[in-house]
Amino acid sequence: MLSYWRQYLAISPFYLVFLVFSFVPVFYSLYLSFQRYDGLGTKQFVGLQQFEFLWSDPVFWLSIRNTLLIWVLSTVPTLFGALVLATLLHSVRRFKGFYRIALYVPNVTSIVAVAIFFGAVFSNDFGLVNAILGTVGISPVPWLSNPWLIKVVIALLMTWMWTGYNMIIYLAGLQAIPQSVYEAAKMDGAGPIRTFFQITIPIMRPIILFTVVVSTINGLQSFSEPQVLFASNAANQNLGGPGQAGLTTLLYFYQSAFLDNDYGYGAAIVWAFFVLIIVLVVINWRIVQRGRKS
Amino acid sequence: MTTAATPRPTTGAKPSRGAGPTTGAKRSRRPKGLSAHVFLIIAVLISVFPFVWTIVMATNTTRDIYKSPPKLIFGSHLLENIRGVLDTIDFFGSMLNTIVIASVTTVLVLFVDSLAAFAFAKFEFPGRKILFGTLLVFMMLPLQLAVLPQFILMSEVGWVGMLKALVWPALSNAFGIFWLRQYIENGVPDELLDAARIDGAGFFRQYWNIALPMIRPAMSFLAIYAFVGAWNDYVWPLIVLTNPDHVTLQVELAQLNVGHNTDYSMVMAGVLMASLPLVIVFAIFARGFIAGATEGAVQGS
Repeated sequence: MLSYWRQYLAISPFYLVFLVFSFVPVFYSLYLSFQRYDGLGTKQFVGLQQFEFLWSDPVFWLSIRNTLLIWVLSTVPTLFGALVLATLLHSVRRFKGFYRIALYVPNVTSIVAVAIFFGAVFSNDFGLVNAILGTVGISPVPWLSNPWLIKVVIALLMTWMWTGYNMIIYLAGLQAIPQSVYEAAKMDGAGPIRTFFQITIPIMRPIILFTVVVSTINGLQSFSEPQVLFASNAANQNLGGPGQAGLTTLLYFYQSAFLDNDYGYGAAIVWAFFVLIIVLVVINWRIVQRGRKS
Repeated sequence: MTTAATPRPTTGAKPSRGAGPTTGAKRSRRPKGLSAHVFLIIAVLISVFPFVWTIVMATNTTRDIYKSPPKLIFGSHLLENIRGVLDTIDFFGSMLNTIVIASVTTVLVLFVDSLAAFAFAKFEFPGRKILFGTLLVFMMLPLQLAVLPQFILMSEVGWVGMLKALVWPALSNAFGIFWLRQYIENGVPDELLDAARIDGAGFFRQYWNIALPMIRPAMSFLAIYAFVGAWNDYVWPLIVLTNPDHVTLQVELAQLNVGHNTDYSMVMAGVLMASLPLVIVFAIFARGFIAGATEGAVQGS
């Protein structure tokens, strides 16, 4: 043991921080979810009470529904668009570098800036989108007050930010496919669309799985988008916009833990939410795996 | 900023992409692919449009933007709008805070992660597998699980509202170790380390004099990754920076959007001012960064 002290010394700075700021906190939040605690008084053990309350809390379920809808509305177009763009980009010879950078750049801007921008462009009264619709004679669409359209706007925002990122990953995967596979397909008379569905997608399955998992973990964590988009409502506790249609689970967690100072309930929300993520990742995984067998 | 300036990530990262251009070239011996370019250009326009429209809004007055039909070209009111931003929020103060936090975080992440990654990549020691496995598991967990206890911890030690409350949790960056370890394993030959050992170099000499110079491309990628991450972080600063004097740019920016004024031109000038530095840094380092990002993703899957 002692002869390895240099190695342990080398990893110790990281593991000390890791222990204090990741490892212990994760378990501590599980412990908190069984307590009643407002951050000031004493903790009181309440067993599964928080989770029972959660189960019958309509706002929690509303937030889950919102999160899932936003996730589906954003992930499906993001991943599909990324795959199509990556295929196109893989097929061209010129301007490759330019396309990659231009399509990736949305991902390095901050969510806050993007959310403010989308808020301005989709504004009910004055936004650019409604102004353009107005010039073709369509009356203003209430983008930021209709419960469905709120989700569409948030999903569009996420799609805009993440398509380029996923495209880059798919492109790397495409470049690893040996060219001979495609030549063989061409000899057999397969057209570009058949080649795409019967060769490209099956070979890319592991990478698609990777992006699905990452998108699930990222997509379900939408918080800043609705928080910034509907920030003006923060004061009246109506987070997530009109009808709380943009209230995601993490936003509800934020509200419970940091605005209402209900730490125990906040901890219960994130843990319940974490279980949901696991379930979804496993389901996704199985769907993609089953596709491989058949 | 300082760390992001590590010399040319592009050159070092290139070999790994070597396979890309050649296969691409082979492929496009087929038809000229005009339709592909058309689709890609449309996608680029969609991707770039928000930046352009931000500038259009920021250079006009809100009145012009709200006219029907709206003004679609650049105006001449940028300075006026910038003045509006500077009057409303402490732009430069929060920007300075952000630069300090992002730089300190980046330097520390690079040092702490590379040191640990080197030990994991090139040395055997008891507990290595378990320690690294724990790290991988935690990489998958949503960060929010830890946020509440982190906040409680910060209030216990009296760091709420202080900038150091942002730096320490950011150092628990498991991705960096995971990613660097992979790079060191393949990128730093064992023979070189053996040779150095024979010459009497100890663990830290091997790390500092041999491994570090060889993993520059990976370090530059991680530097940009960490810097951009710290610069754009919003949730944690929003929670923990309760002191109005110690706010980051993103929190200030969100603040600009709240309130009764709907002076969108001014708000968009703020968005522009906050986004531009990062977009420029990204444009300079983009090639190396994107190459680095793909390496990690494809190997990781």
